[in-house]
Amino acid sequence: MPKMNPKKNTTNLNAQLTGSEIMWATLVGEGVETVFGYPGGAILPAYDALRKFPIHHVLVRHEQGAAHMADGFARASGKVGVCIATSGPGATNLVTGIATAMADSIPIVCITGQVSSKVLGSDAFQEIDITGITLPITKHNFLVTRAEDIAPTLRKAFQLAQDGRPGPVLVDFTKDAQQATALFDFHAAKPAPARPHPMLKAETPEMLAAIELLKTAKRPVILAGHGILQSNAMEQVRQFAERQQIPVASTLLGLGAFPASHPLSLGMMGMHGESWVNNAIQQADLLLAFGMRFDDRVTGNLASYALNAKKIHIDIDPYEINKVVKVDVALIGDLRAVLNTLLPLLPKKSDASWIREVNAMKGDESVRDIINPPDNGHLYAAHVINDLWRETNGDAIIATDVGQHQMWEAQYYKHDAPRTLVTSGGLGTMGFALPAGIGAKMAAPNKDVWIIAGDGGFQMTAAELSTAVQENLDINIAVINNGFLGMVRQWQEAFYDKNYSCSPILSPDFVKLADAHGIKGLTVTKRSEVIPAVKAARKHKGPFLINFQVEKEDGVYPMIAPGAALHEMVRRPKHDPLIETSEDE
Amino acid sequence: MLHTFVALVEDKPGVLTRVASLFRRLNINIVSLTVGHSEREDTSRMTIVAEAPDHAAARIRAALYKLEITRDVDEVERNSAVIRELALIKVAAGPKPTRNEQRDHLFSLAEVFKARIVDLAPESVMMELTGSASKIEGLIQVLTESGYEILEISRTGRMAMRRGHHTSRVMKALGDVSKRKAAEDIGNVKKAKKSDLIANEFPEKK
Repeated sequence: MPKMNPKKNTTNLNAQLTGSEIMWATLVGEGVETVFGYPGGAILPAYDALRKFPIHHVLVRHEQGAAHMADGFARASGKVGVCIATSGPGATNLVTGIATAMADSIPIVCITGQVSSKVLGSDAFQEIDITGITLPITKHNFLVTRAEDIAPTLRKAFQLAQDGRPGPVLVDFTKDAQQATALFDFHAAKPAPARPHPMLKAETPEMLAAIELLKTAKRPVILAGHGILQSNAMEQVRQFAERQQIPVASTLLGLGAFPASHPLSLGMMGMHGESWVNNAIQQADLLLAFGMRFDDRVTGNLASYALNAKKIHIDIDPYEINKVVKVDVALIGDLRAVLNTLLPLLPKKSDASWIREVNAMKGDESVRDIINPPDNGHLYAAHVINDLWRETNGDAIIATDVGQHQMWEAQYYKHDAPRTLVTSGGLGTMGFALPAGIGAKMAAPNKDVWIIAGDGGFQMTAAELSTAVQENLDINIAVINNGFLGMVRQWQEAFYDKNYSCSPILSPDFVKLADAHGIKGLTVTKRSEVIPAVKAARKHKGPFLINFQVEKEDGVYPMIAPGAALHEMVRRPKHDPLIETSEDE
Repeated sequence: MLHTFVALVEDKPGVLTRVASLFRRLNINIVSLTVGHSEREDTSRMTIVAEAPDHAAARIRAALYKLEITRDVDEVERNSAVIRELALIKVAAGPKPTRNEQRDHLFSLAEVFKARIVDLAPESVMMELTGSASKIEGLIQVLTESGYEILEISRTGRMAMRRGHHTSRVMKALGDVSKRKAAEDIGNVKKAKKSDLIANEFPEKK
């Protein structure tokens, strides 16, 4: 049976199709090739029609995984990720994944089945008001009860997911809408152009004010955020930084937007940022916020945040302007467009004294960086990640979970290329790494994909190992196993008098768990075993898991305590063997 | 401080929830909310009054505009807009001899406040009053202080409309030809082509 494809015209475009067929045909028309989902009663008509369409369906083990996979797919590719679930529990299981995408502005379209429109509101089996539930965690959502509304609504959903500041959109299809028939015309279903934004213009006076601030600034710092990736403005930011000789500090989600190996790159700012990054921000006289939102994890105490700095904020979302930090100039618009306008208006700068000053701040701090820390018999997570970085030439896509390993990854894996870090920044969703990594691998099958997760978070969604096997995905999994919910333990150590309440966690033998799934695995306990294990994983075709048994009570440093100023960071403790051995050398 | 927002929104199920939910999320109490038809068939007009600090008002505006169902948002101030509300007030006033005097007094009060008597029942009188909030509160205060028993009050909450020739820029850009033409005819819009007008005010992204 020939597969229907409205783009390739293998199906009659103006045909009477069932709602289910319209749904898939519209997805194909939107360029979707892969969806992540889980069937169930109210979405069965759609699943019945799937075989007629050139779409690959990845069967997940839990709908949360489907949402994270769509999310990881979108982060790695820049395209819209699509996930599908049935009504009721299927739909509610998506919620954490949708909220994760919302917090990080990730374009995903979530399709849910719904009970028949005739019984809506009757507490029918597996009926839940999912549009009500997801109202605050989606950019927008729709309930569709008629087959003829499916194509226009779905196309609108794709437009909304990507337009302006991206985000998740949910479309709830009743069962009768899937079963009814309607005329399908992909082109006629094209949505009207996105609504114009009255505040969306980099107004000339604002532009002139920005230029004036840039001309007089002596100590400027660029704060590189996720918006650079969303707007595809990597090249513009690089040119801007180079022409103006401005050092670049990155947010967690901004990592990769500016090459880490670039001489002007400072690294990650904020709670676990290196001291020179935060000090540079505190000493700056001008901050250029590019597509970032001054999250509390990057500002520290607001009362003492960059007090001597004028601030220029470029963002597409007016809601972000003056939300947390009062700025002097706001340029509301698409970052790439704004920078393209701004760049030719700026004189080239060559004064490198501020750069020299910032580089000098690194001083002994950068020695503490474990570019090549010696083996002292202990295995530290930082070792693992640093070795992984060198072994993969910094070229892999890394999906991280949430917690200590996530911060170590951000510190010790140097991301040079955009879309190589897939991590839940805003919501901080544990259990994200494995499904998001699977989604990323589906988006970039030729890239080396590494999933780095802690022993806690990994157990939250470990069932997706089975999905990876079913799809025979060549992914590598590094479990950073310290027997604790590490970040919780670190906070308990620092702020709760070492009362390790409920943070020690028992785990199964992850290698045996992998084995039960038919996945090859290894346990690594020594520094010397790291690189051979990484090599073995990379060589192996198919999923591979390494259980890194690391130091139990290691901490992420530097660290800014909640409520403390950005420059008041807690440094790496003197007794830290990492430092001692470095200094011994 | 009281802020008055005018939102033009799609006329569809669930729209009110989306608007209300935004105030709930910001933990801001809505003082009054009126919804009704606007000059466009598929667009409802909401006037929302909320007690909020100034910085929150800016956030509310941006958040309101962020909703996909919103077409345009405006914040109006008392001196630049006509702000009105309507109230129905039911006062106990019976036909007994003593109360008849009350009725005469009520009628004269109504006349002073330019309120209309819209219902006269054996035991009560219903008055209809439009005006600013202070005018309505004035009548209620006089009634209370004069010893009348107020049985019921129903107030619509404020409606607001900017004074002068003011129309929504967004609506224009969305292609309301008749309105745009009217604006040009009056000469309120600079002599620019329609296409220029849209292009200048809403430069295409990328």
